[in-house]
Amino acid sequence: MTQPAQTTLDDAIAWGLTPQEWQRILQLLGRTPNPTELALFGVMWSEHCCYKNSLYWLKTLPREGKAILAQPGEENAGILALPQGLACVFKVESHNHPSAIAPYQGAATGVGGIHRDIFTTGAFPIATLNAIHFGLPHEERPRWHLEGVVRGIADYGNSFGIPTVGGQTLFDPVFTETPIVNAMSVGIVPQDRIIRARVHQPGYLVGIAGAPTGKDGLRGAAFASRNLQTDRRQEDLPAVQIGDPFLEKVLLEAILEAHQKGYIVAMQDMGAAGLACSTLEIAARSHLGMDIYLNHVPLRHKKMEPWEILLSESQERMLILIREQDLHNVQKIFTRWETQFTPIGKVTQRPTVRYFWGKTRIAEVPPTALMAGQGAPIYRRPWREPHYQHTIRTFQEQTIPLPNNLKEVAEFLTQHPNLCSREPITRQYDHMIQLGNRSVWFPADSAVIRVPQTQYALALTLDGNPWYVHADPYIGTWITIAEARRNLLCTGAEPLGITNCLNFGNPYDPTVYWQFVNAVQGMGDACRYWHLPVTGGNVSFYNQTEKGPILPLPIIGMVGLIQPITRQKTLAFQNPGDLIYLIGPTSSSLGSSQYLIFYHGIRLSPPPFFDFRIEDRLHQLIQALWKLPGIQSLHDISEGGLWSALLEAAIPLQKGFHIQWEPTIRPDAFLFGEGQSRILVSIQPEAASQLEATCNRYQIPFIHLGTVTSGDIRVQNQNWETIQYWTQLYQSGLKPYLPS
Amino acid sequence: MPRWGVVIYPGSNCDRDLVHVLGTVLRQDVELLWHGEGDLRGLGSGDWILLPGGFSFGDYLRPGAIARFSPIMESLRRFVEGGGYVLGICNGFQILCEAGFLPGALVRNLSTTFICQRQYVLPVGDSVLTRYLPRRALDLPIAHSDGRYYVSEDVLRQMKKNNQIVFQYCTEDGRVVEEANPNGSVENIAGVCDERGRVFGMMPHPERNADPLVCPRPDGLLVFQSILRSVETDMGVVSVSN
Repeated sequence: MTQPAQTTLDDAIAWGLTPQEWQRILQLLGRTPNPTELALFGVMWSEHCCYKNSLYWLKTLPREGKAILAQPGEENAGILALPQGLACVFKVESHNHPSAIAPYQGAATGVGGIHRDIFTTGAFPIATLNAIHFGLPHEERPRWHLEGVVRGIADYGNSFGIPTVGGQTLFDPVFTETPIVNAMSVGIVPQDRIIRARVHQPGYLVGIAGAPTGKDGLRGAAFASRNLQTDRRQEDLPAVQIGDPFLEKVLLEAILEAHQKGYIVAMQDMGAAGLACSTLEIAARSHLGMDIYLNHVPLRHKKMEPWEILLSESQERMLILIREQDLHNVQKIFTRWETQFTPIGKVTQRPTVRYFWGKTRIAEVPPTALMAGQGAPIYRRPWREPHYQHTIRTFQEQTIPLPNNLKEVAEFLTQHPNLCSREPITRQYDHMIQLGNRSVWFPADSAVIRVPQTQYALALTLDGNPWYVHADPYIGTWITIAEARRNLLCTGAEPLGITNCLNFGNPYDPTVYWQFVNAVQGMGDACRYWHLPVTGGNVSFYNQTEKGPILPLPIIGMVGLIQPITRQKTLAFQNPGDLIYLIGPTSSSLGSSQYLIFYHGIRLSPPPFFDFRIEDRLHQLIQALWKLPGIQSLHDISEGGLWSALLEAAIPLQKGFHIQWEPTIRPDAFLFGEGQSRILVSIQPEAASQLEATCNRYQIPFIHLGTVTSGDIRVQNQNWETIQYWTQLYQSGLKPYLPS
Repeated sequence: MPRWGVVIYPGSNCDRDLVHVLGTVLRQDVELLWHGEGDLRGLGSGDWILLPGGFSFGDYLRPGAIARFSPIMESLRRFVEGGGYVLGICNGFQILCEAGFLPGALVRNLSTTFICQRQYVLPVGDSVLTRYLPRRALDLPIAHSDGRYYVSEDVLRQMKKNNQIVFQYCTEDGRVVEEANPNGSVENIAGVCDERGRVFGMMPHPERNADPLVCPRPDGLLVFQSILRSVETDMGVVSVSN
């Protein structure tokens, strides 16, 4: 028998559903849902699970590409083909809301969750990156966020044993109450060993593997689907999950062993909406049903209601489908690894998912009714351009005073939290485990990770610039893609595809929705232009408090291939006497630069100069430079402009530089402006003429800027100290805010 | 040629790295040994068993505090008595200290944080591990939260007399000074051995600078090559005392 139906519209509203959605549920079920069934709809139709306000736009993104092995949404993560029959599985996810109220656990479980998305395909994770954003670190709450998030990422990733190899850390007052924490995982699996999240016939045993189920993370998905309320932090804490990297490590090892022996038929990780989501998703993808016995689920807490078991977001769990006759062998493997595998149900022919407690039927739903893009609603919300866009369009560069002393500006920027050394953070992350991180030894514009048992490497980036996107969501997101691609090319990599994590405010605010729609369109146009497939992604709305939304922040994860691995380029200056070239258009662009925002305090200005045709020619030029003998270093110019790029190239091997140029534009724009489509190159003197000829061939302007020295630094014939001086400043920026 | 074993505990995470360097880079014969079994797969006198880095059993109580009770520990004791060699790296070093194979203890870094970085380390003494290492600073990365070596003054005096210190943290030009000490270890100690010179523990990870395809100057490879050369050259000198 089924629990009596007794829910009302008010109950639906309490789950965050609208009256229209309530009507839709009645229609889809053909009856009134009971409380457990309504809970399923409440969570599965939350923004976090069903992407109801974003899916329409996400479907406009290009997915085609010769390397694509799985369509977005079809599997738990994007899958791209690599040489030698291997595949790369990668995805980014946000853990913004939990990190805001419990930074350590929020970040740790974010890392654990994204790794599960990867190894649920049978892939072994080989790298993780993260993009983390906080308020200014001299303030107490952002510092608490920073310290906790970094420690959470470190403790989880280090113990789990996956190198944390890159990403970004940025600070802006807008993230004071709403930190943005995105994590990306990248794994490798032989193409013929990919585990799918679906089956083709009924009869398989459904089991829950890993940690027991507890009351942590209840309604986590619902929590992530509304604004953060600063007066509700205590009440929201139970929505935060608790992570245990050791349990995840043994779960991974047990799964790899069971897969090695051919026991795993299908698998789905348990993340948002836990057991409910994982069972419904596999059933829906398989066009089959399931009977699940909740009284068989191993519990951590004695008294748990059926709906709590269904919706618990306890970590380190997997839903695994096996053949019935393999049960004994599978359980032996999991027990040996000091974890467990418990059968809780079966795949059925009847296409409904039924949840039982003993003989009592607790709930019965058609799985497709709850799925994103199927039963779940899809909305296009109204949008309008925000008023601040007018201020941005009328910005006049000449109103910005030219500082008397540019060296002082350089000192300010070198120590600025957004531009200084990340070492106090990255030294807390194990970034060398698994032996593949080549960028430890050859610093580059992206992380370079050798793929085990091959002669090639992946180049990985995870980036975004909230200021550019705020200035112009369409162009800003174009630039994000362009810069990621430029980073990969400067590393010697051929870009293969992207994933993304779209961090925005409340989609019911028309100006936030305007930012979102324009950003997605910018991403789509950029990816179509460069034939980059978007393999998947994640949307995090509601990053706002009473004080307003965050700066819009699409984070792009890009994967490229370096084959052979020796094609890798470094960004580091190598030898005194090498010539330094600035390649790309010189523009008087101050727009949205760190210099303009944080030195002059101007928060509203256009994005920096960007022309995608020039950018594309530059990309072709960089590829031509891969083969040019004598090239010593390639480095993208981005945040902090030419000055930051010079220091980043000089610091690794402690070289200096003498630079000089014809002043055609204001010198602050030349040194600190962030005009796009530029790179910094160092080259042996005898090869310089070939470099210039190559630039001419691709119609890209260049400036012979100067020479690499053994440590001395001169700018426009003025003494600017030595590399030791600047290294000390560069390393001091974040030190006060993190333990060392 | 010695044979090699790598012990796996639940939570070990540098086991695959050691297998890669020994098996793929150095083309050695490597056995995987499960912590829960006493079987050493025929490894004996002159062979080497490595305890890898990681977080055995999650390291929740104290690093190595649970692993020391694993059934394999008793087999390792007999293996050493019978003329075998044991090397614990990072978590392996912590386990060997907890289990009483090595003197001293590894406590929380002075910084209180995990530290992962390239690190210069000076080989010291004439052990089979360091005998054929060049006497210069080697670039051997560290990655640990609990790597601060502590030992009482009495024991330290004894260890020095017995040449039981095998690695010390140093500067790029090989000076063993406080500023080169990453974690607050007593006298910059990065690695030690037991009185007979058969059980070794070190916090730095030689395997992390050992693959020529990734690292430009694989100093870590020298450590394994030094072992091989010791074994080959001095095999006859190893005396089995029991």
